[in-house]
Amino acid sequence: MLSRVFRRPDKWKMFRIEFIREVFDLGISSVGIVTFISIFMGAVVALQLAYNMQDSPLLPDWYIGYAARESIILEFSPTIISLILAGKVGSSISSNIGTMRTTEQIDALDIMGVNSANFLILPKITAAMFFNPFLIVLSIAAGLFGGMAVGWLTELWAPIDYIRGITDEFRPYNVTYALIKTVIFAFVITSIPAYHGYYTRGGALDVGRSSTKSVVYSSITLIALNYLLTQLLL
Amino acid sequence: MIVVSDIHKSFDDNHVLKGISTEFHKGKINMIIGRSGSGKTVFLKSMLGLHTVDQGNILFDDRDITAMDYREKKELHKEMGMVFQGGALFDSMSIEENVMFPLNMFSSLSVAEKRERVNTVLARVNLENVNHLLPAEVSGGMQKRVAIARAIVMSPKYLFCDEPNSGLDPNTAIVIDNLIQEITEEYDITTIINTHDMNSVMEIGENINLIKEGLLVWRGNKDEILHTDNPDVDDFVFSSRLFKKIREKS
Repeated sequence: MLSRVFRRPDKWKMFRIEFIREVFDLGISSVGIVTFISIFMGAVVALQLAYNMQDSPLLPDWYIGYAARESIILEFSPTIISLILAGKVGSSISSNIGTMRTTEQIDALDIMGVNSANFLILPKITAAMFFNPFLIVLSIAAGLFGGMAVGWLTELWAPIDYIRGITDEFRPYNVTYALIKTVIFAFVITSIPAYHGYYTRGGALDVGRSSTKSVVYSSITLIALNYLLTQLLL
Repeated sequence: MIVVSDIHKSFDDNHVLKGISTEFHKGKINMIIGRSGSGKTVFLKSMLGLHTVDQGNILFDDRDITAMDYREKKELHKEMGMVFQGGALFDSMSIEENVMFPLNMFSSLSVAEKRERVNTVLARVNLENVNHLLPAEVSGGMQKRVAIARAIVMSPKYLFCDEPNSGLDPNTAIVIDNLIQEITEEYDITTIINTHDMNSVMEIGENINLIKEGLLVWRGNKDEILHTDNPDVDDFVFSSRLFKKIREKS
């Protein structure tokens, strides 16, 4: 299937239209949930760090910001947000394509002479690989903000200390690492559901099964790849 | 003209098509009939190249689809139109976008020219002022007519229809049958209809192929079907009281 997906599109104009549509459907529509989850994720990470550091007089408050930044950039944003997108985006891709298969819309494309795999799947994969890095950068920013906000609200640490922490010894390579992971995860969370949707056989029940299977397989693949990429890149 | 020779197709141990040979003529309504599970849909999909056959040849004006690679098959598909049982219209597109889709993919016409062509084919299937509606907003009969409009918008040489009347009331079914017949004559195309609707067969069937358990068991036209003594035709066609009475009276 992948060899058919990665062929030259039948018509570039149609590919561009589909690509922009997918950027909206898969990417921009996820901005809200990604921001919401990231703010609370950042807040919880910072609170847990503060809890673990509260009895240690040797660890200054700014260290909360430092440790929160490292956790959010290296792991929480790229991996957890990608896992959430695997559920949201993955089930949507699988059920969309699966429904098109069971209602013969994919056969209709094939009989028109359209490369259906390329037409339906390539815009989704490229849109996610293009836009997910923006979502992850947004998630990192929202997560760091969440950590600062909870410190300010609870008065457990001062925002100035937190800001010192998140700017101290900043290594740009960590962001590069997060973005490399994100792009690879974006491929996984779109291609696996697309495969399951494209090869759905049967009716509505089978579309549901494909959707569930695709989320499970892409989540497992993502977790395994996370380990592999971390070993390779860090 | 489409010539089919000795087609075999199996799915694991299930031998569905057991050596079908027949011909489908240009400018005529060619029909494939048979009971559910007889193999007629597999036969139709094999002709379309959606199933790879195990043995045999399918010649579209001397071009063998069974010997074609993906790219050649894709080019041949551009000469085909297909009306699916459920319409297979794209849910997220309006009726105009559905019909315009093949033009968007494969023609270099301007937007105005494409719109004009879409309006022409929609008028041909007696649909007007529905361009901006979604498929879900129109009736089953209208959806079938949109599917026919989409199938003929690129002026195909071969038109395939899978159960075009399923789910339609008898009056609408006759409208669809007559529309397909008129289009076949007007565009001089090879039309193949897959059906088990005997009303359609008697209305427009010119070259009828009866399939039973993966074999072609009878071939003829709508007049011959009433007078043949073939037991398989007898079993399929005259299983209803109505057709028994028609035969008695004819």
